[in-house]
Amino acid sequence: MAKSRSELGQIIHGVARDPLGLMGLIIVGTIVFCAIFAYWIVPFDPVGMNIKSRLQGPSWTHLLGTDQLGRDTFSRVIAGGQVALQVALPAVFGAMAIGLTLGMIAGYGPKWLDNLLMLFFDTIRSFPTVMFALAVVALVGPSLQTVVFVVMATSIPTYGRVARTQTLTLRNSEFILAERSMGASMKRILGVHMLPNIVGVLAVLAAMDIPTVIALEAGLSFLGLGVKPPTPSWGALLKDGYSLIRQTPWLVVGGGLPIILATLGFTFLGESLRDVVDPKLRKQR
Amino acid sequence: MLLYATRRFGLALLILIVAVTVMFLMIRAVPGDPVQIMLGPRATPELQARLTAELALDQPIWKQLLIFYGNLMQGDLGIDVFSGRSVTEIVFQQLPHTLWLILGSITWSATLGIALGAYAAAHPNTVIDRVTAAISVSFVAAPAFVVALLSLLIFAVNLQWFPAIGAGEGFWGRLNHLVLPAFAIGLSWVGYIARLVRASMLEVMGESHIRTARAFGIHERRVVMVYALRIAILPVVTVIGVGMGFLLSSAVFAEIVFARPGLGKLVIDSITTRNYPIVMGSVLISTGLFVVSTALADLINAWLDPRARTAA
Repeated sequence: MAKSRSELGQIIHGVARDPLGLMGLIIVGTIVFCAIFAYWIVPFDPVGMNIKSRLQGPSWTHLLGTDQLGRDTFSRVIAGGQVALQVALPAVFGAMAIGLTLGMIAGYGPKWLDNLLMLFFDTIRSFPTVMFALAVVALVGPSLQTVVFVVMATSIPTYGRVARTQTLTLRNSEFILAERSMGASMKRILGVHMLPNIVGVLAVLAAMDIPTVIALEAGLSFLGLGVKPPTPSWGALLKDGYSLIRQTPWLVVGGGLPIILATLGFTFLGESLRDVVDPKLRKQR
Repeated sequence: MLLYATRRFGLALLILIVAVTVMFLMIRAVPGDPVQIMLGPRATPELQARLTAELALDQPIWKQLLIFYGNLMQGDLGIDVFSGRSVTEIVFQQLPHTLWLILGSITWSATLGIALGAYAAAHPNTVIDRVTAAISVSFVAAPAFVVALLSLLIFAVNLQWFPAIGAGEGFWGRLNHLVLPAFAIGLSWVGYIARLVRASMLEVMGESHIRTARAFGIHERRVVMVYALRIAILPVVTVIGVGMGFLLSSAVFAEIVFARPGLGKLVIDSITTRNYPIVMGSVLISTGLFVVSTALADLINAWLDPRARTAA
């Protein structure tokens, strides 16, 4: 990102001044912290079984109880956050990078290429996300990489379209025309002058996209088509919770609440970021 | 308008053709023998021979694609390798369940969302407006399958107000079974639509025809309900049309959680039994549904608001 340090500081300061933004910052910060230091935080091995203490309710030893194999639910929730971010971050940044490149090419390149890329975007968007994910999983089998790929593929068009619109608008702005009249190369115009003006908008979009991705990973894992057991994922927790729903409510609660919290946190953060980075965008939503 | 409609549906058709071709190539691009993959452990030599002939796998790829499209035009999506029944028949048998679920979800959420949004816009910056805004954000944040699981836990398992599984028999039975899944799918839409209507309502309220209506001494309630709301709900039409994909996706989860028959349950069951023709058939049908609904939403929008015709 081409933002200077002071500018980044200003953005964070702006977000922290907004109460919802501050809440988002705290929630997201906590999730990221727990994910990074998961293995120091967890009181038990998230995949360690202990048949003797299975299906327990919450206690001081097991804050959220245990599952059918005696694994500590709290530890699995913490470790699950790591898996969620492992999927969400590469998928969102990958999609953003590809979408940005394609979108800028579409917006700046010749008309036929623009049409071709738009058709490409529209085609990808024409698959209902989960259905597309199911089709891919059915063909290549479930894994963490499959989930990352599916999420990336389905969200490229969103970034691409926004990047294209921004490029089209910028293309005819005075400072770009001035650069062009001074004989700046296309590489320079796109990379040095347009990119910084587009990245900010896309970053906001990415922050708001992360919860969707986390929910999709959890959803696929819930269906048994995401990460493989015994990897602790929030979706896998929900899957176990669903089959044991009449025995214990704690697995569904333990798997469901972090997803809702993460969604809330990233949404608050994204909206607050949007207002700080570009107040004009507020009207478009 | 006719020109716009033709162009819009032309685009929809083009997208559909590209999408179907991509799907077709995706199946062929998977490493390994497609017949072996499709049949899995059930592959007897005669089944293999039948499927090879049916998919025309001994022909060059472009010819396979042509044959595939030829069959598709006749509504033939292939044969279920397991039961020998037509895939089209199986998919269309399950489709109504999913469509009713989607319709139920969007009806309640759009009604409530529009009401909340319009109320909030008519009384901006009051306590109710703030509360609506806060609720909206929290609702938007809840993914459908998490809401489905939590409502299953609370309302079906603990309180036992509603049935936990199945689609029910008879009108009231069906309706009773529809409540929880429709609630789960619709919840995030309430907040989304409320925010959308509020924003567009505030914009419309500032326009000159509203000022004129007020100047004519028309009752404020009538100005809001009739003159402003009529225009302010336009974006909702588009959003529902474009949201068809999300609705279909949420329906998959709701069907699994509440063990309801439908497209989603069919796909998941087919994946676990490695019944690829049904998976692909269902994905094709749902993609078609999505493309058509997006195009229809654009058309309705263009019909209601002439400005949209030139924009696209």
